[in-house]
Amino acid sequence: MDIQSFIQQLLNGISLGSLYALIAIGYTMVYGILRLINFAHGDVFMLGTYFAFYLVMIFMLPWWLSATLAIALSAIVGMLIDRVAYRPLRSAPRISALITAVGVSFFLENAGIVVLGARPKGFPRPEFMSHTYNLGGAYITGVSIWVPVISVILLLVLFYVIYRTKIGMAMRAVATDMETTRLMGVDLDRVISYTFAIGSALAAAGGIMWACKYPQINPLMGIFPGWKAFTAAVVGGIGNILGATIGGLVIGIIEIMIVAFFPALSGYKDAFVFVILIIFLLVKPTGILGETLKEKV
Amino acid sequence: MKREWRMPLTILSIAIFALFIWWAQNHLNAYYIRVLSTAAIYIVAAVAYNLINGVTGQFSLGPNGFMALGGFTVALLVLPVSQKQIVYFLQPLIWPFNSFSLPQSLFIVALLLAGIVAAIGGIIIGFPTLRLKGDYLAIATFGFGEIIFVLANNLISITNGALGIKGIPEYSTLMWTWGWAIFSIIVVSNLAKSSYGRAMKAIREDEIAAEAMGINVFFHKMLAFTVSAFFAGVAGGLLATLITTVSPSLFMFTMTFNLLIIIVLGGLGSITGSAITAVLFAFLQELLRTVEAPIQLGPIHLPGVAGMRMVVFSLLLILAMLFYRRGLFGRKELSWDLILSIFERKGEGVGTTWKKEKMKLS
Repeated sequence: MDIQSFIQQLLNGISLGSLYALIAIGYTMVYGILRLINFAHGDVFMLGTYFAFYLVMIFMLPWWLSATLAIALSAIVGMLIDRVAYRPLRSAPRISALITAVGVSFFLENAGIVVLGARPKGFPRPEFMSHTYNLGGAYITGVSIWVPVISVILLLVLFYVIYRTKIGMAMRAVATDMETTRLMGVDLDRVISYTFAIGSALAAAGGIMWACKYPQINPLMGIFPGWKAFTAAVVGGIGNILGATIGGLVIGIIEIMIVAFFPALSGYKDAFVFVILIIFLLVKPTGILGETLKEKV
Repeated sequence: MKREWRMPLTILSIAIFALFIWWAQNHLNAYYIRVLSTAAIYIVAAVAYNLINGVTGQFSLGPNGFMALGGFTVALLVLPVSQKQIVYFLQPLIWPFNSFSLPQSLFIVALLLAGIVAAIGGIIIGFPTLRLKGDYLAIATFGFGEIIFVLANNLISITNGALGIKGIPEYSTLMWTWGWAIFSIIVVSNLAKSSYGRAMKAIREDEIAAEAMGINVFFHKMLAFTVSAFFAGVAGGLLATLITTVSPSLFMFTMTFNLLIIIVLGGLGSITGSAITAVLFAFLQELLRTVEAPIQLGPIHLPGVAGMRMVVFSLLLILAMLFYRRGLFGRKELSWDLILSIFERKGEGVGTTWKKEKMKLS
């Protein structure tokens, strides 16, 4: 393999990895606050792409406006899921909320099959995403350049919200100690609602860019990216946003490199992520950046 | 009720039930036999699933993966050699499976091996995840189910890829399926009642407190998970020899989802509750086939919608979790005492009620 194609694959891996990172952040934020694996997160990712698809194809809206609206709609869906399915179970045993999360996920997938149709749809990607650029002999598609760029912008916005705004401060406080934060007069439900909104918005943004990269969308498209993103969150250290970003990049780059260097193994690329998960759980369950969670008795 | 009556009563009712199964096998038509067998297989899988999810309180999403392991194991063991040569036309089957097949008399060996293979899979998944606190088991088992699907599609010289294995001999009679159903209920409910089971329940209620009381948390979680995987593997093997074909898509996540509905509606932690809802579910699933079929209402024609059943089931699960969390049985078990207490309550007159009221007041 020469240097050009290596750079090409590396950029490919970074763009896939930044998509995993965007999804992983939603998992890790919700887990950090509620200790809940939001199984429906991958399906919000799927819904985001369908919102964008219908806004472009049926309402004929310009591309940037459809993407923005789709992200906003997904944020509302995320908040709704929390309001309807998770909030009533806050004081219930943890396993109840997990089962409900699986139920919501399965509901969105199957309602998607019934309402949207099981047949894959071709996603209308904008010109700048499908354009091929020539960078010093390496041919790189627009997706490989723009996806990381947009992801970095979104991450900067996220970090600004988390570390520089009042709601971000509340989120960090709730994640550290929910009870004390409640005693300080913070409206927990509102903070959790915003957390779901932000996570879902990022997942939808990831979903739209995913559809630009792989322009076939179907109602079950969220399952594997969602699961890999959760693995990325575990690898990076669950509950840690920077960790989720790093984990996403690691998983994305490894996945692309396996396919590039060992084409015979490409059928097993999904299985390999599983091996990474098991190894991390055995060797470093707290992940790359995670610290040991304090157990409350 | 006197303690010494329970055992003979249980044995008697099992004997009557065995007679019914024998009658059903010989007199009912193939469709009903199929539904009854499916119900029994659901019992085996659901009762085992309840052991880890309900009794021990560890959220696993693995049964479909373990059933796949068991299903493919049995298929490889009992498929006749001549049929193997026909089925594996893409790539020849690997040694040693291509050179032998177990006769019907050794079906039990195939089922036990299916359970053991699944249990080994359970140990491999359980070892890294169950040492940790938190929900790593859920995410690892979910991944495991999906990975088994990927592997079954790609390891063509073992599983024949997406085409699956056809022509498996139909060994699963009602006697086999219901025999395993009753066996699994007896084993799991006795395990849940034993000191091991009490330790598992302690872990469910409070892991840290259980550990402080000297319970080996990892060992008991592992025990529950491995036993659960074993029976899931057997259920997979029974399913393979019931429908005579296995393919990767047979063991998709839908399977786990169905089992999850069964154990939630039956009551998480109630073994007999899962068994009863498993039977109800098998029949409900057949009834709901009409939802997906085209409906003709006078002049109005509604086209059949594939997947509608799963929408109904997922709504059912969410609603059950929100409004009916204890399920049909809660954590109670169906026992002779429970049945008797229902009759007693019906028979009680004014006097007894008054007595009870008085007792409550004092």
